[in-house]
Amino acid sequence: MDWLAHTFDGLLGLALLWLAWQAMHAPGLFRSVVSYMVFGLVMALIWVRLEAPDIALAEAAIGAGATGALLLSALARLKDGSDAGRLHWRHPAELVFWLPFAAVTALVLGLTAWQLPAPGLGVDVARTLGQSGVDNPVTAVLLNFRSFDTLLEIGVLLVGVVAIWSLGPAPSPIVPKMPSPALPALGRALFPVFVLAATYLLWRGSHAPGGAFQAGAVMGAGGILMVLAGARPWLTGEEQGPWRWLLSLGLVAMLAVAVAMAALAGTFFAYPPALAAPLILALEISAALSIALLMFAVYLCGRPPDHWEAED
Amino acid sequence: MTVVGVIGAALVVAGVPFFLFGTLGLLRLPDTYSRLHALAKGDNVGLGLVCLGLGLQSGSVLVTLKLLMIWVLMLIASATGAGLIARTALARGVKPHGL
Repeated sequence: MDWLAHTFDGLLGLALLWLAWQAMHAPGLFRSVVSYMVFGLVMALIWVRLEAPDIALAEAAIGAGATGALLLSALARLKDGSDAGRLHWRHPAELVFWLPFAAVTALVLGLTAWQLPAPGLGVDVARTLGQSGVDNPVTAVLLNFRSFDTLLEIGVLLVGVVAIWSLGPAPSPIVPKMPSPALPALGRALFPVFVLAATYLLWRGSHAPGGAFQAGAVMGAGGILMVLAGARPWLTGEEQGPWRWLLSLGLVAMLAVAVAMAALAGTFFAYPPALAAPLILALEISAALSIALLMFAVYLCGRPPDHWEAED
Repeated sequence: MTVVGVIGAALVVAGVPFFLFGTLGLLRLPDTYSRLHALAKGDNVGLGLVCLGLGLQSGSVLVTLKLLMIWVLMLIASATGAGLIARTALARGVKPHGL
């Protein structure tokens, strides 16, 4: 059955390349967006085949789900005919530059991948997993061994939201008029399932694939569905504005822990093994809350108004 | 292989043609509405059979229930999605084929 698995993997790889080409060069932005979403799903499948279920979960939830919703809603707000400004191959002579460029890039990437040390850092991670406070090596890397990278990732998300909100107010109406009452009803009915799934993913993160990013993405998608169902966010204004501090909760909590550890132990992000498990849990919960709200805040496409006008 | 395992494998194999014909319908039928009809029905039956078959093969009640829950969620989502696509197409003035 070995050849069957190889054929399947080969087909997945080819499909990925073809979808990437479609996402860039398909006629019409709609086809590009849909190709990009399918690209995310196939990418998730490939991560599963590479036995990296953590990344597969994140890719499916963020790459295909949240980003897809974002792109589709952006597409719906573009005026007709905005497709005309698309960049196509303007001149065959450009290929003289791009083909060698692509060939050299592929060669360098291939050589680099070839020279990576064979067992990687997996052995080291497995050896020190006992001191990390969690049983899932991915969570151990994300929130203990390489916490600094995670801090920067959450920081990038927060900066993205600040930039989007700074560009202008959220468009009004915030969602297109629903041609069917089914989606709002479904959104309301399914929201508890989203909360359940996100909590489950978060709880699993300490010992199995899952964790803050996956939980946050699922929760953010639930929030987007609630906005489509007619709910309105409460992140601005005088009364409920302070809730938007939750957006930076993940970053602030990670920084606070890092600085506290630096003061206690002398090293940035060096947890004492006894405290590692509760600290990682606290960081996971705050990061998941933040990521959920950040995903959702990005989807609003601008700063939400202080008071929501009644919409028909 | 146990009897349950054989039944599970048979259910998975029985589910495949539904996906196949659903996809064939998506590619060959003339308009949005009939394509949705083929997809939303065919794939859901196929997924139900595959989920049930995989659950039986897993030999665990918990896994079977989880797979069936995935199927139920998929049923709700695909029915809603298909309805939404059809109503949006209708609102945009896409005429059914032959009208």
